[in-house]
Amino acid sequence: MRSRKIVGRVLFYVLVAFIVVYTVFPFYWAIVSSLKAGSGLFQVEFWPANPAWDNYVGVFQGQPFGRNILNSVIVAVSVVVLSLFIAVTASYSLGRVQFRGRTTLLLVVLSVSMFPQVAVLSGMFELIRWLGLYNNLLGLILSYMIFTLPFTVWVLTTFMRELPKELEEAAIVDGASPWVVITRVFLPLMGPALATTGLLAFIAAWNEFLFALSFTLSNEMRTVPVAIALITGTSQFELPWGNIMAASVIVTVPLLVLVMIFQRKIVSGLTAGAVKG
Amino acid sequence: MTTVYDAGRATAPAARGGAASSRGSLLTRRRRRAAWLFLAPMILVLALVAGWPLLRTIYFSFTDATLYDLEYHEFIGLLNFYYLAIDPHWWRAVWNTVFFAVVSVSIETVLGMVIALTLNAHMPGRGLLRAAMLIPWAIPTVVSAQMWGWMYHDLYGVINEIFLFVGLIDQPRAWIADPDLSMYAVIAVDVWKTTPFMTLLILAALQLLPGEVYEAARVDGINPVKVFFKVTLPLIKPALMVAIIFRTLDALRIFDLMYVLTGNSRATASMSVYARQQLVDFQDVGYGSAASTFLFLIIAAFTVIYITVGKVNFDQGGK
Repeated sequence: MRSRKIVGRVLFYVLVAFIVVYTVFPFYWAIVSSLKAGSGLFQVEFWPANPAWDNYVGVFQGQPFGRNILNSVIVAVSVVVLSLFIAVTASYSLGRVQFRGRTTLLLVVLSVSMFPQVAVLSGMFELIRWLGLYNNLLGLILSYMIFTLPFTVWVLTTFMRELPKELEEAAIVDGASPWVVITRVFLPLMGPALATTGLLAFIAAWNEFLFALSFTLSNEMRTVPVAIALITGTSQFELPWGNIMAASVIVTVPLLVLVMIFQRKIVSGLTAGAVKG
Repeated sequence: MTTVYDAGRATAPAARGGAASSRGSLLTRRRRRAAWLFLAPMILVLALVAGWPLLRTIYFSFTDATLYDLEYHEFIGLLNFYYLAIDPHWWRAVWNTVFFAVVSVSIETVLGMVIALTLNAHMPGRGLLRAAMLIPWAIPTVVSAQMWGWMYHDLYGVINEIFLFVGLIDQPRAWIADPDLSMYAVIAVDVWKTTPFMTLLILAALQLLPGEVYEAARVDGINPVKVFFKVTLPLIKPALMVAIIFRTLDALRIFDLMYVLTGNSRATASMSVYARQQLVDFQDVGYGSAASTFLFLIIAAFTVIYITVGKVNFDQGGK
């Protein structure tokens, strides 16, 4: 009985170790590869004997990668700020006011979050060209609203519902208008929710690929995912894997730091966004 | 939709809001009007970036529009859809997408369940483990595709090295270039990247389960496997179904993974890859839009299932 229990424990921890290796190894391998210089890359070594930063320097020399990172930051931050701004007022209406058409509207918001991006590609292309935003970061900011806005509205609506009714009633008795209720009463309470949804929207915008690939043309306007996908070598037959791995690590590390800091919040945000709707 | 006392108002939304009940006091009516005002920016933006482009895409699917000049196009009826129906490459893309979605989501569900049950056990460092789970999820798809592309490399890839060492294969394989293997290679990356999401959703459901049931089962000495199938699984089934449908929706519209890992290769091209290739690379907006519209209809059908199964409860709270 006792030995069986020990065997069970050991097997359990073997399983745990296996899970950790499985989830972490590819990223570890990218880091290891990014630190190998020259021909060292083409030998399988599980630990870089002579770590070198050549690849990290190389990424910024071959293409405007610094500019690409800046583009991604600009686009993702703008998208988050805009989405949250629009979503806060919308979620107040959807979460706390009873009116006809509310359910329909919620259903529409939910459906939009399910849109396959390619289904709006040609229409969006036309719209962006018509607005003169082709190969312009504003075009990306606008088009990204299609996936960040429904998501932020949805999660914030769930959050708004949970807020105590008494707070609002007290404010209304004091003669507060709905706008004052949102900005003075609810907004201060929404810090954590805003941080979570904002971060998830940021990650989504940071990772987006299809629109960024289709609505930008020049190297200078690309965001990091597109830049990483399109890194090419000196010959078309050999990709500069060291540079690609370095670029991959560069764009992922900030995300991982954010995710680790907000870990608990992200889990609750994800489940709120998916399970409850 | 309208009531007499509100019908004369210039703002239609307020009129609709006021119709909800006759008990609507001045305050409620004012709140409703404010609600529509607050919703206006969202409705406007969604109409602009979702409603209008979708309608245009559907419209383009009945025309011979090209990317070169979107203005000049003619209405050609269902011709695009006819060509789509007789294009074997399109059906290959449909099959690829369905195969990808079914296999990948099935593996993710089983794997996600195993990992979630493991993480749900009491042990030291559980938080750390959960954090490690988030790593693949946080890595951009394009980055994961490149990372795995390098690991799959036929000459210098670590996968070949490990598999050769363990004895799973006797010679290096071209995981990406070989049409017989590339789809499995793509699926493996997707499983790696999205299992954490599944795990988190299942874990959330597991942690809501009542502890007493398990205590009782343990006291009665019931086999844990039996407890899992008779107690745990039925209890978390609703959450599990939602997670599966949610993942399926995502898998059906997959684009970046295939595009980066295998380009426009017919062996792995999904419906989204096919549609974009027609639209952008071949400039055939009409035909590409027809493919996009088809995909939209499939996803729409799944969305309806999602909303029904998920039984999204709109009216809890917020009275």
